[in-house]
Amino acid sequence: MSKKQTLVVIGNGMVGQNFLAGLVSSGAKEHFEIVVFCEEPRPAYDRVHLSAFFSGKTAQDLSMVEEGFFEQHGITVHLGDRAKSIDRSAKTVLSENGVRIAYDKIVLATGSYPFVPPVPGHERDRCLVYRTIEDLEAIETAAEQSKVGVVVGGGLLGLEAAKALKDLGLTTHVVEFAPRLMAVQLDDGGGALLKRKIEALGVTVHLNKNTTLIDDGESCLHKMNFAGGDALETDLILFSAGIRPRDDIARDCELEVGPRGGIVIDNQCRTSDPDIFAIGECALWNNRIFGLVAPGYAMARTVVSVLEGGDNYFTGADMSTKLKLMGVDVASIGDAHAQTPGALVYTYQNGDSEVYKRLVVSTDKKRLLGAVLVGDASGYGTLLQYCLNGIELPENPDSLILPHRSDESVGLGPDALPMSAQICSCHDVDKATLCSAIEAGCNTVSALKSETKAGTGCGGCVPLMKSVMECELAKLGIEVSTDICEHFPHTRQELYHLIMVEEIKTFDELIEKHGRGRGCEVCKQAVGSILASYWNDYILKKEHIGLQDTNDIFLANMQKDGTYSVVPRVTGGEIQPEKLIVLGQVAKKYGLYTKITGGQRVDLFGARVEQLPSIWRELIDAGFESGHAYGKSLRTVKSCVGSTWCRFGVDDSVGLAIELENRYKGLRAPHKIKFAVSGCTRECAEAQSKDIGVIATEGGWNLYVCGNGGMKPRHGDLFATQLDKETLIKYIDRVLIFYVRTADRMQRTSVWMENMEGGLDYLRSVVIEDSLSIGEALEKQMRHVIDTYQCEWKTTIEDESKLKRFRHFVNSDRLDDNIVFVEERGQVRPADEQEREALKARKHFNILEEA
Amino acid sequence: MSEWIDVCSVDDLQPDSGVCVWADGRQIALFYMPKEQAVYAVDNFDPFGKVNVLSRGMIGDIGGQPMVASPLYKQHFNLETGVCFEDETVKIETYGVRIENRRVAVNV
Ligand code: SRM
Ligand SMILES: Cc1cc2nc3c(=O)[nH]c(=O)nc-3n(C[C@H](O)[C@H](O)[C@H](O)COP(=O)(O)OP(=O)(O)OC[C@H]3O[C@@H](n4cnc5c(N)ncnc54)[C@H](O)[C@@H]3O)c2cc1C
Ligand code: SF4
Ligand code: FES
Repeated sequence: MSKKQTLVVIGNGMVGQNFLAGLVSSGAKEHFEIVVFCEEPRPAYDRVHLSAFFSGKTAQDLSMVEEGFFEQHGITVHLGDRAKSIDRSAKTVLSENGVRIAYDKIVLATGSYPFVPPVPGHERDRCLVYRTIEDLEAIETAAEQSKVGVVVGGGLLGLEAAKALKDLGLTTHVVEFAPRLMAVQLDDGGGALLKRKIEALGVTVHLNKNTTLIDDGESCLHKMNFAGGDALETDLILFSAGIRPRDDIARDCELEVGPRGGIVIDNQCRTSDPDIFAIGECALWNNRIFGLVAPGYAMARTVVSVLEGGDNYFTGADMSTKLKLMGVDVASIGDAHAQTPGALVYTYQNGDSEVYKRLVVSTDKKRLLGAVLVGDASGYGTLLQYCLNGIELPENPDSLILPHRSDESVGLGPDALPMSAQICSCHDVDKATLCSAIEAGCNTVSALKSETKAGTGCGGCVPLMKSVMECELAKLGIEVSTDICEHFPHTRQELYHLIMVEEIKTFDELIEKHGRGRGCEVCKQAVGSILASYWNDYILKKEHIGLQDTNDIFLANMQKDGTYSVVPRVTGGEIQPEKLIVLGQVAKKYGLYTKITGGQRVDLFGARVEQLPSIWRELIDAGFESGHAYGKSLRTVKSCVGSTWCRFGVDDSVGLAIELENRYKGLRAPHKIKFAVSGCTRECAEAQSKDIGVIATEGGWNLYVCGNGGMKPRHGDLFATQLDKETLIKYIDRVLIFYVRTADRMQRTSVWMENMEGGLDYLRSVVIEDSLSIGEALEKQMRHVIDTYQCEWKTTIEDESKLKRFRHFVNSDRLDDNIVFVEERGQVRPADEQEREALKARKHFNILEEA
Repeated sequence: MSEWIDVCSVDDLQPDSGVCVWADGRQIALFYMPKEQAVYAVDNFDPFGKVNVLSRGMIGDIGGQPMVASPLYKQHFNLETGVCFEDETVKIETYGVRIENRRVAVNV
C-alpha cells in the first residue's frame, strides 16, 4: 500500500475552504494527509456577505465551515498561524509559529489584500480597510467616535463600504480617482445615473479626485488634500482602492509571478512548480486576476479534479455581476465597454424613472456580448443567459431593454434555455442538474438549494432557479398548492383580503361564501386570528369560541396533564413589590407551581380549568391583566434596566418597553410577537433576537426587525437608525400591521420577511418610503386595535354566562381525578403515569376504608 | 346492556365546539354542530396524551368526515367511528346521542 502524501493548503478563505470541501468529497481524499494554515483567527467565513456583520450577523453566522468539519475529515488546521516560507528544495513549509511540515503538494489560496495608495498620512489613526471581520470591528469602534466618513474608491466594494458607513450613522462621502463610479463594470451613462441615485440617498460623491496628503483637520480628525487644491475634512477614512494578490510567499520561493503581481498558473492551476497550485484571488491566469468567488471556486474544482487524476481545465470565468448598492440595482454583463471589434451598442435611458440600460451586440446582431443595467436589473437573468449560452437574439435586440408597452413577451422563458445552461455560477449548477433534482421530488426552492447547492452562494440566481422550477413542475403536472387547507381554495393573505373587503365578521359567513365543508383546526385557527386582528372582537364570543385553539379557548396554556398555566402581564419586566407578593399569595392559596419565565415574568402552573376564573379575579383585583401567553399575539417586551440605574445606559429602556408593551398588548397576529428594548449597545435585553428589537444610541433609537430565538434562531436586521420615539412607533405600527395582513399562518416575522420578494429592502420601502401608499391605512388599523383593547380575562370574569364554560363537567361538580400532583423541590408537579396509578389506587383504598 | 342516560340541556352544549359530561362513571365529550344539527359523543380521554381533554379540541371535517383534533398533539379522531386518522389501530369509544325536549341523552 502506498503511503499517503502530505498536502498543505495555505490560506483558509472562501476559495481555500471550497477546495477542502470539494476535496473531501472526492476520490482524491484517500491519498492525502491534509494540513491547513489559516492566518486569520477563525476558519473561513463568507466574505461576500461581510457587510451583513453590520446588520447583526455574527462571525458565527458568517462561518462557511460546518461544525466539526476538520475533525470529521482528519484535517489538521493551524488557526491564526501564517505560512511564512516555502523551501522548495527541501520540500517543507515553515510557519510563523515555527511549525515545519514536509509536503508533497501545496495549494496556495492566499487571496488578496486591499490596496492602500501610498498617500502621505495614510497610516494615520482611523484610516482603515474593508476585508476581514477584524477590519469591520475596527470600523465599528472608529465610527463610534466619528461624525464624518470618507471611502476612497468608488468601485463595487467602495460603494458597499459607503453604505456601511451610512448605516453606522456617519455623514458619508465617496472619493473616486476616475471620472465615474464602478469604472470597471459601468460605462459613462451607467456611472452617471448611479452617481445621481447614490447622491439622492445622501452620500456625496467626488469624482476625478486625487488625494495628495492627509493631515490634521480643523473640524474633524483628518483633512484630505486633493491635487486640484481643494480639501475635505473627515474623522474616518476607508480605503477601497482595489485589491492586490497576496503573492509574497510565492515570490520569496521564486515561483513565477506577474509583472503587476499574482501567482502565474496554467490551465490546471499549476504554478511554475508542478507540485504547487494556486487558486482564488492570488492566482494570475492568462494575465488576469479574478476578484470574485465564482472563478475561484472553478479553480478549486479544477485542482480537485487534477489531484484525482482527472483532466479538468480552468478556462477563464464570467465576470458578470448583479448587485444592489444602497438599494440601487446595478448589473454588468460580459463586454460592457464594447471592446470587441465591430460591436454595436444600444442604449435606453429613461430620465423619468431613472433607468439606464445598454446592450453590446455582435456585428451580425445575433449574439449578445455585454450589457449594463442601472436602476432596474430585472432583465439580468435573461440577458446573462443570452450572453453565456450564445442564444440567438430576437430580430430587434433593443426589444430586450425597451419597456414593454404591448403584450409581446420578450423575456427568455426558462424553457428556451438549453439543458447545459449554467444557472448558478457560484456552484456551477446547470439546468439539467436542477431538472433532475426537481424530477426526484425537490419542489420547493429550499429543497432545491439543499439538494444542488444552487442559490446558496451570492444568491443572484435564485429568481431564475425559481422560474426553472415552476416551469418544470408545471410540465410534470405537479401543482404547487398554496391553499390554506382543504376547506378554502385560498391563502391566508387572500382570506385576510376577503374579510377586509367584504367586511366578513364570522367564520360561518366566510366558509359559506368562499369555502366548503365544516372547516378544520387549521383554517378555523387562521380565520379566528384574522378576525381578531382585524375586528379585535372579544375572542370568546359565542360565534368565535369554536375558532380558538388549545390555549386561547380557555385563555390559558394547557399543560401535559390537562391543567393550565396563568401568566399575568408584567410590562417590561418591571414589577412592584406589592404585586410580587400578590403573585406569591395567589400561588400559595391555589397550590400552584411558580417559575420565572424566559420572558421576564412569572408563570403559575397547575390550575384546574374550574379554578381559572377565581384565580384571575384575585389577580385582576390586584391590578394585573392578561399576559396573552396563550395567544398568537404580543407576548412580552423584555427590557434591560437602562439609563435609570445602569452606569452605561444612554436612554430609558424600561420606560420605552412598558410604553410599547401597553401599546401593542392584545394585538393578534399570524404567530406570536416578541419585543425587547436595550438601553445601550451592550444589549442586555437581547433585542436583536426579537421580532421587534430596539436599542438606544446617543443619536436615538435603533430599530431591528424580524429576529427570533426558538427552533431556528435568527438575528434581527437593522431596519432604521437614530429614530426619535414618534418615528420609531410609526415604523413599528406599520411593520406589525403589514405583517399581520400579509404573512402566512404560523409564520414568524423572520420567515415572513425572508419569503417576501425583495426582502428587507422591500419592507423598508413599504414602511419608510411608503411605496405602496398604505402607511396611513396601516397606522389607522393599529389605532383601531389599540383603541379597542380589552383585558380578555376582565371581560370574562365580568360575564356570568362566559364563566359557565370554565368547568370540567357541565353536569357535575366532580373534579377530573386524572389530575394528580406530587411534590418536588417544595412545589407541586404533575405525577407521572406510574405515580398517578399508585396514588389513584391509594385514594380508592382510603375511600373504601372510610366507608 | 346499553341504556340512555340524560346528561344535560341543549343549552349546555357549545356551538361548533365541545363540552364534557359525567355519565355512568365515565367522562364523555359532546360536540355540537348546529348547522348540521348534529351532536357527537366520544370518550373524553386522549389516548395519546393520556389525559381527559378531547372535549376541548377543535372540530370540523377531514374529507367530509366529522372529526375532533386533540388539543394536545393534534391527532384527529373520526367523530362517527372513533378511529384516529393518523393511526388506524387507535380508536376511541363513540356513543349514541339523542335529543328530546331540549334534553340530551347518551347511550352507554
Ligand atoms: C413559560 C416559557 C418557558 C419558561 O418557563 O421560561 C415558555 C413556555 C412555552 N413556550 Fe416558549 N416559553 C417561554 C419563552 C420562550 C422564549 C424566550 C423569550 O421569549 O425570550 C422563546 C424563544 C424566543 C422566541 O420565541 O423567539 C420561546 C420559544 C418557543 C417556541 C419556538 C418559536 C419559534 O419561532 O421557533 C414555541 C413553539 C411555538 O410557539 O410554536 C414555544 C412554545 C411554548 C409553549 C407555549 C408550548 C405549548 O404550546 O404549550 C410553552 C407553554 C407556556 C405555558 O404553559 O405557559 N416557545 N419561548 C416562557 C414564557 C415566556 C413568557 O413570559 O411569556
Ligand atoms: C466586502 C466584500 C464584498 C465582496 N462581495 C463579493 C460579491 O458580491 N461577489 C463575489 O463574487 N465576490 C465578492 N467579494 C470578493 C470575494 O470575497 C473574494 O473573491 C473571495 O473571498 C476570494 O477568496 P480567496 O480564498 O481567494 O481569498 P480570501 O477569502 O481572502 O482568503 C485568503 C485567506 O488566506 C489567508 N492567508 C493569506 N496568506 C496566508 C499565509 N501565508 N498563510 C496562511 N494564511 C494566509 C488570508 O488571511 C485569508 O484568510 C467581496 C469581498 C469583500 C471584501
Ligand atoms: S423549551 Fe420546550 S419544554 Fe421548554 S417551555 Fe419551551 S416548549 Fe416547553
Ligand atoms: S450564482 Fe451565486 S448563488 Fe447561484
